[in-house]
Amino acid sequence: MKRRIVLAVMIVICVLLQATVCPMIAIGDIKPNLLIVLTVSFGLMRGRREGMLIGFFCGLLTDISFESTLGFNALMYLLVGYFSGYFFRIFYDDDIKTPILLISVCDLVYGVVQYVFRFLLRGRINFPFYLGRIILPEVVYTLILTFVCYQIFYRINRWLSLTDA
Amino acid sequence: MKKNSNETLKNKYLLAGLSVFCVVLIILSSVNSDLFAPVKQVSGYLVTPVQKGINSFGSWLSGFTENLEDVETLREENESLKEQVATLTEENSLLVQEHEELERLQELYDLDEEYSDYEKVGANIIAKESGNWFNIFTIDKGSNDGIDKDMNVIADGGLVGIVTEVGANWATVRSIIDDESNVSAMVSTTSDQCIISGDLTLIDEGSLELSRLTDTDNAVHVGDKVVTSYISENYLPGILIGYISELNNDSNNLTKSGYITPVVDFRHLQEVLVILEKKEYVSSDSASEEETSEEISTEMEAEEE
Repeated sequence: MKRRIVLAVMIVICVLLQATVCPMIAIGDIKPNLLIVLTVSFGLMRGRREGMLIGFFCGLLTDISFESTLGFNALMYLLVGYFSGYFFRIFYDDDIKTPILLISVCDLVYGVVQYVFRFLLRGRINFPFYLGRIILPEVVYTLILTFVCYQIFYRINRWLSLTDA
Repeated sequence: MKKNSNETLKNKYLLAGLSVFCVVLIILSSVNSDLFAPVKQVSGYLVTPVQKGINSFGSWLSGFTENLEDVETLREENESLKEQVATLTEENSLLVQEHEELERLQELYDLDEEYSDYEKVGANIIAKESGNWFNIFTIDKGSNDGIDKDMNVIADGGLVGIVTEVGANWATVRSIIDDESNVSAMVSTTSDQCIISGDLTLIDEGSLELSRLTDTDNAVHVGDKVVTSYISENYLPGILIGYISELNNDSNNLTKSGYITPVVDFRHLQEVLVILEKKEYVSSDSASEEETSEEISTEMEAEEE
């Protein structure tokens, strides 16, 4: 029960930070993606089921706050969480290399899918520009954020597994 | 092992269930976006105060090293002055424009509308869309302050965007530099119609795309003012958008396209004004032109009373 409450609070905090603080620290109009960091980290540390649920609620909250079409982000983060859950217990979660690699791949795929469904379908065909100006900078910035946040998430998770076992 | 595979199966079911749920949600909400308005209302009630808090904490934090009290009062004063400047610039630009347009307008429409005295309400931007793809933001005023969907948002004397969704104490605004934004506009000197659309590829230039400009007399020049058009469905007429920075002939030789520089500094936008008046929308089933102009004039009379 405590675990659920803590995780729910973390989701809400991250969604709020993403909408308020991330624009403040944006470089060149590019914000890091804190929600990918959260979803992938917990997918990696706690497995498919929780990765998937955390991703789903992150996406759904984002959709509710900003999108007129609900469900797109929810589905994206859901799949991201499920995918990163595959690496649960295969890699050591105290090693930062695995989350770094996973988060870059997920953020890259997330960016490309966003582009395909919401830009390419409207006839914006200049993919190299979007890749170089939006998607890759976001990946890089998100990685920098990962170094800070993963440690925090890792400690929260360790504390949760110790107290809630 | 048995338990493990059981777990995997359960996870797969959950994944499938949630995915289907998302897809259904996407379909339902794209068919009818009002369907989930109550959910958004509730979440807005909970989220807006927190966002406001985080935002004011953030701006407090960024001014931490300076003398706090001074900064606080200065900021408050600055904020109100900025709002005032925005109002005045807006009014001024409209006044200047009226000089150019009043005569022609009166001849054409036999109306002398004043657009400078629209009622406005100031609001702060408290959150921005979480990704890097769109330019949508949330403001801290909503239907409690009289804001409604499709109201125009201005700042620095120019058009910022349009309200897309409203809650009791929040509203989301799609800015005109958003990739999905299209504004029907016109060149103020010649009244030639054109379309102003946002384009993410112009993120570094900070400009907007101008297209389908019909300028048969070649009277439109770089530097001309572009304002919202009379034929626009959602935007009030005569709001300044920007100045033409580049103009080229299209390959069809009938229309021109180019770029405009907006008057609003979107990168440093903090407070905006919402015009509490919507474009008179005359439904398409009204029979004739005369009828519609009559409707408008009677409505105007009613408003005057």
